[in-house]
Amino acid sequence: MIRDLFTKNKKKQAITIPSADAKNDVPEGLMTKCPECKEIILTKDLMKTAKVCPKCDHHFKMTAWERVECLFDKDTFESMDDHLKTENPLNFPSYTEKVESDAEKTGLNEAVLTGIGKIGGNEVAVAIMDSHFRMGSMGSVVGEKITRAVEKATEKGIPVLIFSASGGARMQEGVLSLMQMAKTSVALKRHADNGLLFISVMTYPTTGGVSASFASVGDINIAEPKALIGFAGRRVIEQTVREKLPEDFQTAEFLMEHGQVDAVIHRCEMTEALAKLIELHVKGGK
Amino acid sequence: MSKSLAFEEPIVKLREKINELEEFTSANDVDLSDEIGKLKTRLSNLETEIYSNMEPWDRVQVARHPARPTTKDYIAELFEDFMELHGDRTFGDDAAIVGGIGFFETKPVTVIGHQRGKDTKENVKRNFGMPHPEGYRKALRLMKQAEKFGRPIICFIDTKGAYPGKAAEERGQSEAIARNLVEMAGLKVPVVSIVIGEGGSGGALALGVANHIHMLEHSTYSVISPEGAASILWKDSSLSKQAAEAMKITAPHLKEMKIIDEIIPEVLGGAHRDPKAQALQIREVLRASLDTFREMDEGGIIDDRYKKFRKIGVFSE
Repeated sequence: MIRDLFTKNKKKQAITIPSADAKNDVPEGLMTKCPECKEIILTKDLMKTAKVCPKCDHHFKMTAWERVECLFDKDTFESMDDHLKTENPLNFPSYTEKVESDAEKTGLNEAVLTGIGKIGGNEVAVAIMDSHFRMGSMGSVVGEKITRAVEKATEKGIPVLIFSASGGARMQEGVLSLMQMAKTSVALKRHADNGLLFISVMTYPTTGGVSASFASVGDINIAEPKALIGFAGRRVIEQTVREKLPEDFQTAEFLMEHGQVDAVIHRCEMTEALAKLIELHVKGGK
Repeated sequence: MSKSLAFEEPIVKLREKINELEEFTSANDVDLSDEIGKLKTRLSNLETEIYSNMEPWDRVQVARHPARPTTKDYIAELFEDFMELHGDRTFGDDAAIVGGIGFFETKPVTVIGHQRGKDTKENVKRNFGMPHPEGYRKALRLMKQAEKFGRPIICFIDTKGAYPGKAAEERGQSEAIARNLVEMAGLKVPVVSIVIGEGGSGGALALGVANHIHMLEHSTYSVISPEGAASILWKDSSLSKQAAEAMKITAPHLKEMKIIDEIIPEVLGGAHRDPKAQALQIREVLRASLDTFREMDEGGIIDDRYKKFRKIGVFSE
C-alpha cells in the first residue's frame, strides 16, 4: 500500500513538470494566456475587462453572446431568426457536418447572431458575427439573417449596428455566398434611404467579401484596435506585388491613417461611444 | 486560326487531316473529294458533339481565351456614337474599366465594363482587367451621371477580380466595391449586366447589382477562381478542374440557382470564333431586356432590383 502511494506520487510529479510544449499551452478554461504579451490571466478576470488583456490591451476574439453581454442594457436583447438552417447547395462533402459541429460548439445557428435590443435606452437592431463559427464566413443564412435584421430596423425606423468578424464569403456555397454581399447591400440602401443610421464596427478579422460589402459602408465606420481589416489576404498581396508589406498593413490603425474608418475605439469604451452616437442621431435631439 | 484549347484537340487533328488531303489533291491531281466530303461531315458532327458537351473546365478555358471579345469589341459592334469618358475625379483613370455614353439603337445609354488586354502590352496597360478602387469609383461616377440624365446602364463583366495589391488596399478597395453595391441598389434607371468572360468575385459584382443579369453561354461567375478554390478547399491548386465543377460557376448553373436571367447562346466553339455574330446575339437579348423597363417608373425599377437580390440564397426555416 505504502509503496503504491509512493509510485503514484512519482508519476504525478512527472506530469506536473511542464515540458517546453506545455509552457506555451495553458489549460483551457480557468486561465487564459495573452497571445501578444504571454501574460497569464484568470479567465473570469478577462471577462471583467471585456476580454481585453489588462497588460498589453490585446483584444481577444469575442463570441457573439459575449458581445451581447457587454453591449446592451440589461435584459433588453432578443435574438431573431435562430431557426434558419444552412443547406448544402453545392453538395460539398462534409459541409453539413462542419456547420452542425460549429453550431454545437457556439450555440448559434450560423456565423451571425441578430436581434433587437436597447443601448443607452435606445432601441437598435444588431447583427453580431462570430468568427468561431466557420471563420465567420458569409453564406446564405448569414446573408439572410443580416438582411432580415436590416429590414426589421427599416420597418421599426431604428438604427442598425453590424459587428463584423469574418474571413469573407463562404466558399462552400459558391456564388450564392457572393450574392449575399448584394442582398445585404440592397437592404442597407433601403434603410439608408429612410434616413436611418447604420454603424459598422469592424473587429478582428474583417476581410474579403464582408469587408467589400456592408462592413465598409457604415454612416460611421468604427474599428477595434489592431483589428485585421482588408480586401485581399496579406499572402496574396505579397505574391502579387513581390514586396514585403509593412507590419501594420491592414490593421485598424492603417485604415484610419488611409481614411477608411472614422475612429478606432477601445473595446472598453465601445458601448459608451455607440450609445453616444445613437443618441446623437435621435430625431429632434435631446 | 486562333489558339486552340486542349478539349478541342480532336477537332484540330481532323481539320489538319482534311487540309493535308486537300493539299495532296491539288498537288497530285487525284480526286479525293469523296473522302474529303466524308471527313468534313465527320468534322461538323465532331464539332457539334464536342462544343455542345463542354465540361465546366472547358468553359473556363473558353472564357479566358486570349482572343475572346472584350468590352471594347462589343461596344464597337453594339453602340453608335460611343464616346469614352475617363477618370474618377479623385485619384486617376483606371484603364481596367472603360465607360462612356452612346446610342443603343435610338436610345442614349451609359456603357461600363471591365477591360482586359489581348496581348501582353495591352494587358500591362489594362492591368489584366483587374481594377483598382479608382476604376470602381469611375464606374459609379458614370452610373450617377446616367441616373441624372435618365439613361439606362449597361455593364459588361469580364474580370478575374479586383486587383489584390498594396496601393489598392491603401485607397480602399473594399470600400470602393461596397459603395458600388449599395449605390447600384438605389439607381433610378434600369441596369443590365452581362457577363462576357470571367466574373470573378466582388470585383465583378461591383458592376453587377443589376435589374437583369445575363451570361454568355461559356462565361463564368464565381466567388473565387477554380485555382483559388482548389487551394483553399483542398490545399492543392492542381485540382482546379475539379473545383470548376464543384463550385458551379457556369451559366447553366447560375440560371438553375436563379441568379441570372438569360443565357446568351455563343457561336459554335465560343465568341472568339465570330465576334460580330456574337454581338448580334447580345443585341437581341439587350433590346428585350431594356424593353421590359420602358413602362416602369423609378420606384418600380428600384423595387424590381431589390426583389431580384432579396430572394437569392438557399436555406431552410
